Amino acid sequence: MAEHIYIFKRFERFWHWSQATLIIFLLFSGLEIHGWYSYFGFEKAVEYHTIAAWILVGLWCFAIFWHLTTGEWKQYIPSTKNVMAMANYYLFGIFRNAPHPHRQTALTKHNPLQKLAYLFILAIVGPLIWTTGWLMLFSDVWADWGLGGLVPAWVAFGHVVGAYLMLLFLIVHVYLTTTGATPLAHIKAMITGWEKVH
Amino acid sequence: MQRVLRAATALLVGWLVVVSGSGVAFADTDRKSAVTADHGKFKELDQDFQSGPEVTRACLVCHTEAADQVMHTQHWKWEFVNPKSKELVGKRHVVNNYCTSAVSNLHACTSCHVGYAGLTDKGGLSTDPERVDCLVCHDTTGSYRKPSGLNGNVFAKDVEMPPGSGNIIRGTNLKRIAQNVGKTSRQTCGSCHFFGGGGDGVKQGEMDSSLEEPDKSIDVHMNADGLNFTCATCHQTEGHHVPGSRYAPTAVDKDPARLRGMTGERNPATCQSCHGQTPHKGDQADRLDSHSRVLACQTCHVPAMARGGVSTMLSWDWSTAGKRDEKGKPLSIRDDLGNPIYKGHKGTSTFGDNVKPDYIWFNGDVEYTLPTEKIESAQRPIYINKFLGSPEDGRSKIWPIKTHVGKQPYDPVNKTLAVTQLAGANDTAYWTNLNWERAVAAGMKTAGLPFSGQVGFIETVSQWPVNHMVAPKENTVGCSECHTKGGRLDKIEGIYITGRDSTPWLDNAMRVLVVLTLLGVVAHGAMRILMSKKRQTRNLGDH
Repeated sequence: MAEHIYIFKRFERFWHWSQATLIIFLLFSGLEIHGWYSYFGFEKAVEYHTIAAWILVGLWCFAIFWHLTTGEWKQYIPSTKNVMAMANYYLFGIFRNAPHPHRQTALTKHNPLQKLAYLFILAIVGPLIWTTGWLMLFSDVWADWGLGGLVPAWVAFGHVVGAYLMLLFLIVHVYLTTTGATPLAHIKAMITGWEKVH
Repeated sequence: MQRVLRAATALLVGWLVVVSGSGVAFADTDRKSAVTADHGKFKELDQDFQSGPEVTRACLVCHTEAADQVMHTQHWKWEFVNPKSKELVGKRHVVNNYCTSAVSNLHACTSCHVGYAGLTDKGGLSTDPERVDCLVCHDTTGSYRKPSGLNGNVFAKDVEMPPGSGNIIRGTNLKRIAQNVGKTSRQTCGSCHFFGGGGDGVKQGEMDSSLEEPDKSIDVHMNADGLNFTCATCHQTEGHHVPGSRYAPTAVDKDPARLRGMTGERNPATCQSCHGQTPHKGDQADRLDSHSRVLACQTCHVPAMARGGVSTMLSWDWSTAGKRDEKGKPLSIRDDLGNPIYKGHKGTSTFGDNVKPDYIWFNGDVEYTLPTEKIESAQRPIYINKFLGSPEDGRSKIWPIKTHVGKQPYDPVNKTLAVTQLAGANDTAYWTNLNWERAVAAGMKTAGLPFSGQVGFIETVSQWPVNHMVAPKENTVGCSECHTKGGRLDKIEGIYITGRDSTPWLDNAMRVLVVLTLLGVVAHGAMRILMSKKRQTRNLGDH
């Protein structure tokens, strides 16, 4: 009988899935704005992209509040311990059905590689995207904000870099959900909160 | 119950219709025409005028200052001091790349001058107030015509022009026209301005006879069934001074909407002078308003020129002129729409309908190449006039323009653009004998310019602002027409346009990374499945 533990709380699950939806939508509409394809049409793509971005900002406000008040922010404190072990597992151990080096508990939800990845997304990629996005939304008042010297092309460059990094993260992230005790174990955990432990 | 309700509603609606309808009727019957003088009742105008100046003499009995006012305007002087270079420009001084020059063809060109022989043969100005033509602007009958070749004159009797040619120009009923004068209209202004360059819509792409009675799709403001603006509604004229000339364009207007009654130096013909700085409404208002930091209103709101079914000319190559048909007459070839694509006495032309404008940074300064200036052979094509501006000067916006490409006579020895005599009854006129050397010699002589005796042809460009034919909002230029690669603003430098601009190396590198990552996870997943299958078979084998 496999052991199940309660890992993801209700708000956390809500945050995850709504954020996932928004980010996927932002990527989809954003790549259209960037000229990859035409689906909504540029005008609508910009309109929807902007609305989704503002909803995401709202969601983040709640998420930041939740992380601070519950102390969950500590889940993202990085450590170098076991990073190599995790890398080793994904590169070799996983094929030989070796034991998972990380023991998941409610207090350490994320393995060391996960921590690093999420911290990178939350602390670097996220802020890069939203500061540049915000700047582009308000590009007509840069001078009023004392940012007259800002070069639009650089701001856009930053936004695009952030978007690509998010896309890369998304691909790897989705794939790695299949590496739980069973291929759908992680997904189930993010839906129900209960994780089947190795 | 329902039936009672329905009946009550019908009654109410009917009653409202009756009340509102009668209200309108009251207002209408109670209001007289805005005009306080019926010119048909003036005894000064009750005479059989034989010539234009006789009419003007009568006008000046009451409108004592009118002629003097007109004689101080561009419409009379055909002259303008370029605010940038202080050079004298205007029709009397510039050459263009249509019929090239007015000064050497005054007998023909002055059919669009507000005077009766108001310009003398050397291009000087008459000082006689009776030579001012009131009727060309104030006719309301639509029957006033200023025939070509009469030096701007009109006559009550039929005239043979040129004398002895058998070509009869019908006389004009000047009394009827004089007794029906009124405000200017799209027809009066258009009688010249729609036909610039020698034909309907030829010169300016967004000015042609379709604006006489346009529907909303052609121009929202001049829409004959709607706002029904006349030219003077925007070109608000005071003391016969008509503001909003292309010789002094207002590229950027940062002021709020003008208050009613406001006077002063500000150009009243700009969009902003009525619409102010934040004209957009709805969800996207802020985003659209902020676009106006860099875009002229016209850039989005005039999506194409020549939208009314009248083609505009896009190029004119004089160098091919001179061919005659088998009867010895100048050859004439028309396209399917009836546009003259070749004329023996004019050369080759191209025309277009629904023409998308070109877009440039423009700050209102215009540089001219005058026939008095040396042409630098290195700089080709020669810009007859060049709209100046840049993304960095802080006073430019992106403007739509019509670019007209020409190839026209010049003096390859003296290196100047040529002034040519095209029209006229004498044997130097090009249109009479198709001889360039004589036509240019005569033209240059009139202009008082040196001529080497040799005629060459040089490529030229002229630029025309696009202001009219403002489309309804649902037909404006859509976002994706600029926010894309290869769009309308593809050649505009100095700004970042989302959807058009990107960093190619970043995109390429990142696309490669995305593909590699996808391949990576697929390979990793396949490996996991493969290894797990192997384990299973091994385990089964063990049993």
